[in-house]
Formats: sequence, C-alpha cells, structure tokens
Amino acid sequence: MKSVELENIVKTYAAEKSIVTAVDNVSFSVEEGELFGLIGPDGAGKTSIFRILTTLLLADKGDAKVLGYDVVTHYKKIRDIVGYMPGRFSLYQDLTVEENLNFFATIFNTTIQENYDLVADIYRQLEPFKTRRAGKLSGGMKQKLALSCALIHKPKILFLDEPTTGVDPVSRKEFWDMLKRLKAQGITILVSTPYMDEAKLCDRIALMQNGKILQIDTPPNIVNKFGKNLYAVHSENMFQLLIDLRTFQQTASCFAFGQNHHLTLTEDPLSITELEEYLKSTNHLNTTITKIEPEIEDCFMQLMKSPSPKEIIQ
Amino acid sequence: MSSEIVIKTNKLTKKFGDFIAVNEITFEVFKGEIFGFLGANGAGKTTAMKMLIGISKPSSGSAEIAGFDIYKETEQIKKSIGYMSQKFSLYEDLTIRENIQLFGGIYGLSNKQIQKKSNELINKLNLQNKADKLVASLPLGWKQKLAFSIAILHDPKIVFLDEPTGGVDPITRRQFWDMIYEAAHNGITVFATTHYMDEAEYCNRVSIMVDGVITALDSPNNLKKQYNANSMDEVFLTLARGAKRGE
Repeated sequence: MKSVELENIVKTYAAEKSIVTAVDNVSFSVEEGELFGLIGPDGAGKTSIFRILTTLLLADKGDAKVLGYDVVTHYKKIRDIVGYMPGRFSLYQDLTVEENLNFFATIFNTTIQENYDLVADIYRQLEPFKTRRAGKLSGGMKQKLALSCALIHKPKILFLDEPTTGVDPVSRKEFWDMLKRLKAQGITILVSTPYMDEAKLCDRIALMQNGKILQIDTPPNIVNKFGKNLYAVHSENMFQLLIDLRTFQQTASCFAFGQNHHLTLTEDPLSITELEEYLKSTNHLNTTITKIEPEIEDCFMQLMKSPSPKEIIQ
Repeated sequence: MSSEIVIKTNKLTKKFGDFIAVNEITFEVFKGEIFGFLGANGAGKTTAMKMLIGISKPSSGSAEIAGFDIYKETEQIKKSIGYMSQKFSLYEDLTIRENIQLFGGIYGLSNKQIQKKSNELINKLNLQNKADKLVASLPLGWKQKLAFSIAILHDPKIVFLDEPTGGVDPITRRQFWDMIYEAAHNGITVFATTHYMDEAEYCNRVSIMVDGVITALDSPNNLKKQYNANSMDEVFLTLARGAKRGE
C-alpha cells in the first residue's frame, strides 16, 4: 500500500480581485518507509499540500489518501496516525517543554513513557531544559521539541513542513541526521524545504514551483536528466567574469554558484575552445573551466521559468 | 572597493544581565565592500546589527558608522544607512509607487527627487505597468527586490540586509545578488547575513560569529585555505560546531 496518494489535486484561494491557484493539478505518491521531499521556494504550494494531507484543508478537486484512508471521508482516522510539524512554531509557548510533550501524548491517549524510545534521541537534548517555557527556547530547541511532539504518539507518517527554514547550517545538518534515524525505524517521512542542498538527502523528491510539479524522481535520476554538460568557471574577478560569460555568444545559461559560475553552452563541446579564447581576450587572470556534475539546484533552475514582470500581476 | 572605512567597531559589547550576547567584537568594513556577517542561530548577529544601525545601545565598547558615533549620533546614523529585514517590511496595502513615495518622504527626499527616483526604480525593475498595483499582489522574490531597491532609495552609505533571500527561488536569489553587486559597485557598502553558504562566497570578506565572539574574519578564499576546506559550508561547520549556546 502507498503511504500517500494524491490524484489531480487542485486548491485555489480567492484573492481580492483574482484567484490564486496554490496547487495546480498535482499527482504523486509516496511509498511506505520512504523519505520524500517537496522542494521549492515560497509559493510553490508545499504548505497547501501538507494541510490537505493532514485533513486541515479541503481541496477544490482531486482525491488524496493517506495510508489508504480518504482525506475527506476518513479524516478522523488519519489524524490518529499522522504526525504533523507545521512551518510555523505551533506549540504552547507558555507551557514548559515537558508540559507540551505531555499534552500531546495525552490527547493521543498515550504517555511519554510508552513511546519514549522513539523520541529519546531527540528529547534527551531537551531534557536539561524541560522546565523551561517553550516560548523561551532557541530556534533549534523549538524545532526539536516540535519534532518530539509530532512523534510522541508513534505516527506511521510524519509530515514536516519546512522544518529547517531560517535554521543555521549546523542545526540543519543535525536535523537531517535525526530524520535519517527516524526513517531507519520505518516511519514514512514527507518533508518540504526551500534549501536545494537538502534535496539530495531524500529518497525521492518533487521539484515544485507555482503549484506545479516540475519533476519527480530520485535525486541521482534528476541529475542525470540535466542532459547537458555543465562547466564551473572561475577567475580572479568573479563579478566581471559573470558579465563576460553572459555576453559570450554561445552561452546558454550562466549562474553564480558559490565560488564558481555554472555555465552551459549552446554548441557544446565545440564552443569550449572558443570560450577559452574569448576569456583570454577579456583579460581574465587564472581562469579555470572544469566540467562538473550538476546539483539539484542547477536542475531546478533549468526546469523553472524565471518569473517575468509581465506574469507576476494579472 | 576603496580603503575608506565606513564601519569601525572596537570591543563592541552587549550584555543582557549576566548574558553576554555580543562579546568585544572589533572589525572594520570598507566603502563599497560586500561584507558577510555569518553565525549560527543565537550567535549574536541580530543583537550586533541592532547596535550598528543605532537602535540598541551597547553595554561597552565603541563604534563609528558612516563616521557617526554609535552612542551620540544615532539619528545621523539612521539617515546614512538602509535596512532590509528577512521579514517583508513594505506596506502590502499600498501600491508600489505609494511605497516608494512613503519611504522617500521618510528618508527626507524632496518631492522632485522622489518623482525622479520613483521613475528610475520602476523602470529598472521593469514594473512600469504594475506601479499602481498593490504590493501584496507581488510574488515574494519581487517583493524582496523592491524592498532592497527602496532600502537604497536615498543612496545610503551602508545597507544592512538581514537574511534577505530566505525562501526565495534560486533564480531570483541570484538576481537579488546581481543587485547587491551593482549597489556595491556604485559605492554602497553591503552588510549582509545569510544562511546560504554559497552566498558567503559572493562576499568580499566574511566574519563568522560563534557565541558572541567573531572567531574568523577574512576573504572566503583565505578562510578556505586557513581551515583547509573546499567550501564556505565546510568552514562554517568547522567553526560553528563548537558553539555552546542556542538562540
């Protein structure tokens, strides 16, 4: 049985003078025990999908099932078996760490003791602060408490909506290590993130933009589908290099990418020699051109259409 | 980038009771420099930035921002800087043009200047047909570009950016950095925080704060050499993993 199934889900919201399509005919499924990622920027439709699957929001059209239960007709059943960590911190700020966890255990008719094994790994780090009010915790601690509360009733599926947004790289790494350990215990995890570097940590991902799925596959397969040679180009003056590369006739795409610029060419690999000569003529020092493996972010940019101002307001 | 110093701090410190949020930070930033102010959550970045923009009084130490004293000349500091936070801070129920006019007025520009600046900005962002639409109707990426443009509307000496690209799509994120490069090229100093380590590579110099202290400050290239790392991500992980405190 599939853990999650969506078929042609549509969700629109009425704005002042227009209708915003948040989820635009989306279909996908998540296998049992899979770590599945919804990857995309704000406005991609990730949160709406989470809210539909956790039975907090009704879709306009389409069907969705969680562990075989329909999200409309069997919503109560679903609420018993899923854990949900919303994007916004939603625990009780004026209850302590321990009170929050106890509260969530109680409303699911269980106790902290009964499922302690599942949260022990995470909760142990919080125990020194268990009498502190949740509102007084640091960002990283809040995130760990929210995850503990989402886990305390031993859910079969975990829905995590942007758990690492605004979190520094060290805490992000720790959080993903925790997800890996939960996956090892057989819990299906559906997670969303705007950080493209986290995509490769999932079994499968859906790249999303403006309510639509751009592509859905395993990270290695998505990289394989890039279909073009990608070059990392570096010189001493990176800003000038970006301008010069964009001016080069055979440049198909060029983006700043950390310490290098990532470049694809229209007539590859013929234009490489021409590119080398062109860069010589532009007086760049210590230029290097290296063929590299694309990252998920390269693939995402290739798939997405940059929003032009014509499209942005109807 | 020139050798003119626009930010200069000496042992700048902020305490909340026994808690030392910012502990004797000393650094200089040059005119036209893109300076990355990095650190883990809770390292003290926001507290430090609040002192630098003149809205939080230091406990000890000194600093000059655009030549003005951080204790006595906070009003002059506010006139010399722009600020953009991760939380969108334009007025959603005003139009694009109205927002530009409002902030132009707050920054003390004349009506004539505001008129000129509005048109320049609207043309530059390609928003000619949308200038009289509500800001609420813009996608996030465009809002952030507009917010940045408005933060430098009055040609400040320094613009402070607090995680300007959170949640923005990858192409818009890069377009946003194009705007940062351009501002720096025009002599505006850019002081930015970010959690995207690839963006740290775009800075001329980067400081990394751990538990209230600046533990590293150099160009991305030198930091990578010093910590024997392949990327700024590795440098950051090496330094910030030792952090003792959360937010």
